[in-house]
Amino acid sequence: MSKVIVVTSGKGGVGKTTSSAAFAAGLAAKGHKTAVIDFDVGLRNLDLIMGVERRVVYDFVNVINGEATLKQALIKDKRVDNLYILPASQTRDKDALNKEGVESVINELKDDGFDYIVCDSPAGIERGAFMALYFADEAIIVTNPEVSSVRDSDRILGILQSRSKKAEEGGTIKEHLLITRYSPNRVEGGDMLSMDDIVEILSIPLIGVIPESGAVLQASNSGNPVILDTESTAGQAYSDVVDRFLGEEVALRFIEAEVEKKGFFKKLFG
Amino acid sequence: MGLFSFFKTEKKKDTASLAKERLQILIAHEHSDKNKKSPDYLPKLQEEILEVIRKYVHVDEKDVNVNVEKGDDFDVLELNITLPDEEK
Repeated sequence: MSKVIVVTSGKGGVGKTTSSAAFAAGLAAKGHKTAVIDFDVGLRNLDLIMGVERRVVYDFVNVINGEATLKQALIKDKRVDNLYILPASQTRDKDALNKEGVESVINELKDDGFDYIVCDSPAGIERGAFMALYFADEAIIVTNPEVSSVRDSDRILGILQSRSKKAEEGGTIKEHLLITRYSPNRVEGGDMLSMDDIVEILSIPLIGVIPESGAVLQASNSGNPVILDTESTAGQAYSDVVDRFLGEEVALRFIEAEVEKKGFFKKLFG
Repeated sequence: MGLFSFFKTEKKKDTASLAKERLQILIAHEHSDKNKKSPDYLPKLQEEILEVIRKYVHVDEKDVNVNVEKGDDFDVLELNITLPDEEK
């Protein structure tokens, strides 16, 4: 049985694409046939984060419009077996996505034996974001320990619970909270929301905490999903997320403040 | 949430706890907004009430106040009309 997972957040810039790339690569590395779809029509970036930007010939919208077959548009990853990327269109507007088209692509992926279909949502709560979540079985809500991100996550949860296909059919989407850009030192110092606070406010189960890490930027610079950087804390934390998603019990790591550690200047962002 | 220890939360009365408080209030508020049955009829209701009252007394638009308050088991429709002093 294949599963559709949306990676969403409401707010932009919190790490949806980074997380989608890492998560999909992690699932594939575990032997599951995985496709990751970029729903950000007009502003595609998943291709860049995954380092396949020069291999894009056809895109998601071409497939929906019948201008290319799914096979032609899917890019097979060269690092990880079982991993395929479906890029968004760069030129069309967001209205290019429609329920019927998206559903037919998802169904074709299911028929092709994909175990997991990861939908990388655009920011916002408009058409692209709605299309990305509509067919989801499960959702990963990417949240930064920061007020506007938490509020937007709450908003997106409301939409998942009322407007998704599952919700319309009286079911529920399984929700997972993924906290990214977490700085235990700042939490300890009292100037960042703790993961407990965020879990309490959003009241959905936590699937992982990704520490603030220079490795994330380095990974995107070089077009490698950060999960492949097995030395980095972020890479390891993502790999724990994948294990937890697959049902393993893995303790949280990198959540305690450390006395001396890098990432000190990083903290001045925003 | 027994998973997480919270002995740390004691000592931090900093911006993080302020953030948490603000979020909790805001989100509770936004949720209650969403659960209101149909707050969208209020402006129309206000307008029509104003019309009826104006048949008898001249009141200003700002003198009519319509509000729905959410209780635990019931909602209260609150209607506040300030009548002018020397009318009639």
